[in-house]
Amino acid sequence: MLVRTNYLTKRYTEKDGWKIGPYERDGGYKQARRALGMKRDDLLTEMKAANIRGRGGAGFPMGVKWGFMPWPPKAEKPHYLVINADEGEPGTFKDRTLMELNPHACVEGCIIGCFGIGAHAAYIYVRDELHLSKERLWAAIAEAKAKGYLGNKPFGLDYPVEVYVHTGAGAYICGEETSLLNSLEGKRGEPRLKPPFPAQAGAFGMPSTVNNLETIAAVPTALEMGGDAFSKLSTLHNIKDGGTRLFGVSGHVKTPGIWECAVGLTLRELIYDLGGGVEHGELLGVIPGGSSCPILRPEEIVHAPDEKHVLHPWHGKSVLDVPMGVDTYRALGTMLGTCCAIVLSDKADPVLAFQNLMQFYRHESCGQCTPCREGSAWLNRILTRVVDGKAEMEELDRLHEIANNIMGNTICAFGEGTAMPAMGFIKKFRKELEAYVLSGGKAGTGTLAPDYFPPRGTDAGAAKKGAGAPPAKRAAKPAA
Amino acid sequence: MEKTLPVAHEPEAFALTPERERELADILTRYPNKQAACIPALHLCQAQNGWVSEGVIVFVAERLGLSTAHVKGVVTFYTLFNQHPVGKHQVWVCRTLSCALKGSDAVLNRCEKKLGIHVGETTKDGKVTLRTAECLASCGTAPMMQVDKDYYENLTLQQVDEILDRLTR
Repeated sequence: MLVRTNYLTKRYTEKDGWKIGPYERDGGYKQARRALGMKRDDLLTEMKAANIRGRGGAGFPMGVKWGFMPWPPKAEKPHYLVINADEGEPGTFKDRTLMELNPHACVEGCIIGCFGIGAHAAYIYVRDELHLSKERLWAAIAEAKAKGYLGNKPFGLDYPVEVYVHTGAGAYICGEETSLLNSLEGKRGEPRLKPPFPAQAGAFGMPSTVNNLETIAAVPTALEMGGDAFSKLSTLHNIKDGGTRLFGVSGHVKTPGIWECAVGLTLRELIYDLGGGVEHGELLGVIPGGSSCPILRPEEIVHAPDEKHVLHPWHGKSVLDVPMGVDTYRALGTMLGTCCAIVLSDKADPVLAFQNLMQFYRHESCGQCTPCREGSAWLNRILTRVVDGKAEMEELDRLHEIANNIMGNTICAFGEGTAMPAMGFIKKFRKELEAYVLSGGKAGTGTLAPDYFPPRGTDAGAAKKGAGAPPAKRAAKPAA
Repeated sequence: MEKTLPVAHEPEAFALTPERERELADILTRYPNKQAACIPALHLCQAQNGWVSEGVIVFVAERLGLSTAHVKGVVTFYTLFNQHPVGKHQVWVCRTLSCALKGSDAVLNRCEKKLGIHVGETTKDGKVTLRTAECLASCGTAPMMQVDKDYYENLTLQQVDEILDRLTR
C-alpha cells in the first residue's frame, strides 16, 4: 500500500533545511532530551515495540540488537555505538540523502542510541567519497555541541555523549559490520569470524552495537510517536516489520529518486507510481534492494497455498504486488536489502547487466576467503567469455557450480551477496545466456544504455550522438 | 669474495605542515588508541603529498607507534590511497549497474577521447588522472562522475566536455 510519509524527508527541499534551526523548529532534539531522562528498560521496550528492522540489508530487529549488549556496563569495558554509513551497495543512495539533508536526525539518533546501549561515544563510519555528507555531519555535530546537546553534560544531564565521524578509504567490504570495525580500528578492512559478535567484542575489543545510519535516524521519530504507534504505520506490523523507511529506485525508470513511505509498499507502486514507470520499453526485471538481492521478473507468480505461509495472502498474484518487507522478500527467495531497486527494461541486456555486477564483486572481494576471491574472479572471467562469444555451453553450468561453491563457505556475507544474485541471474536468464553462447555473443540487445547505444538491429541514429563505439570490448580493468 | 648487500633505499622524509599537525592532534583525541587514527592520518598525509609515498608510510608508522608493515598493509587494502603519484585532478567515472544503465560507458568513452588517455592513466601534463569507480551512491542521478571532491550528476556528454575543459585549461 502506498502511503507517503515525511518524518525524515520533511526538510529535504528546504533551503538550509539541514541546519539545526529548521530541525528544532520541527521538534528536533526533544526526544534525545527525553530519552536521557528515561529508564533504559523503558527505552528498550519502546524500541522493541517499534519493530525497526535494520535498514542496512540484513533486516535484524534493532531493539533486539540493543538488548544483546551486556548490562550493566562495566567501567573497564566501555561500550561503543558504531553507525554504518559506508553506503556502497550498487543501487543504494538513501543514506547519502539523510547525511546531506537531515544530518541532525542521525546525530539525535546517536544520542538516544548511546543511552540505549550504555555507550558514551558513537562513531559514524562514512565512506570517504561522500565529502558533502562528512562535512554536513561534522557541521551538525558542531551545531549540537554549541547548543550543549553533546559533550560532558548533554541537555545539562549527567550522561556524557560524543559523536565522531570516521572515514573509510574506498572499500565496499567495509560495509560489512566486522570489517567496518577493523577499519575503524585502523586495520585492513577484512571481516572477522563470528562469534564473538560485536555485542561481546566489537570496536576496540569492547561491547559494541553496529546500526545502519537510516536505522538510527528512525529512532527519534519512533520514540516521539511511541514504539507501537510507529510500528503500526506499516502494513506489515503483524509480522513485526514496522514503521516507515526510505524507498529508492534507479535504472530504467522515468523519475528515479528516493521517497519515504510506510513499510508495505509494493514494487509495482515503487516502479510505476513513484518511479513514473519503465522507460525504453517493458519491464524485464528488477533487482529489489541493492545488487546483492537476486533479481525478480515481473512474470513470476507467488505460490504459497499453505495458509500459514507468510506469503499466503498474495498466493497467485505477481511478485510485484507483494509488500516490500524483510520477511516477505526472504520468503520470495530474494532479499529486501537496502530497499533501493534497480530496474531493467527489455531494451537492456541481462547478460551485460550480470557481467557488470560480477565485475563489481570481483573488484570488491577483500580476498580473505579463497572461495569468494577466486570464485568472484572466475564468475567475471567466464561471463566476459560469454559476452565475447567465446564461451562453451558447459561453462554456463560451471557458473552455477562456482557460485554454489561460494555459498556458505566464507567468513562474511559478501560471499552470499555474490553467489545469490549470480544464481538468480543464471536461473532466471538461462535462455538469454544460452542464446549468447549459441550465437557467439551476438544475441540479446547488446546494450545497457539504450539512450547512447542503440539495441542491436535498431536504427543507430536514434541514439544520442557522440557516444563513441559500443564499449563491449573494453578490457575489464579495475581502477588502479 | 665477500658479497655486498644492496644498500637499502632511504625513503624521502615526510612531515606535515603545522596546520595539519594540529588536525592530526585533534584526530588522535577521538579514539581510545593511536592505531585507530591510521586511516584518517593517511588521508591527511595524502591530502598534502598527493600520494602515499614510502616517506608517508614511515611518518604515519612512527607517529602512531605502528610497524611500517601494518601501515603498508592498510595502504594497499584501500583503493583511495594512491600508491603512485597521480594527476592534479582525479576524475572518477562510476561504472556500476545503475550508472551503466544510464550511459556511464558513453561518459567514460568521452573522457578517454577528450583526455587522450585510457582508464587508469594520467594525462602527459600531469593534470588529470582518469579512473572508474564502483558505485558512488548516486544511482538516482546517474550517470555521474566525481572530480576531486565534487559530484557531477545527471551528466550529459556536453557537460562532460565542459567539466574536462575546465580541468585541462
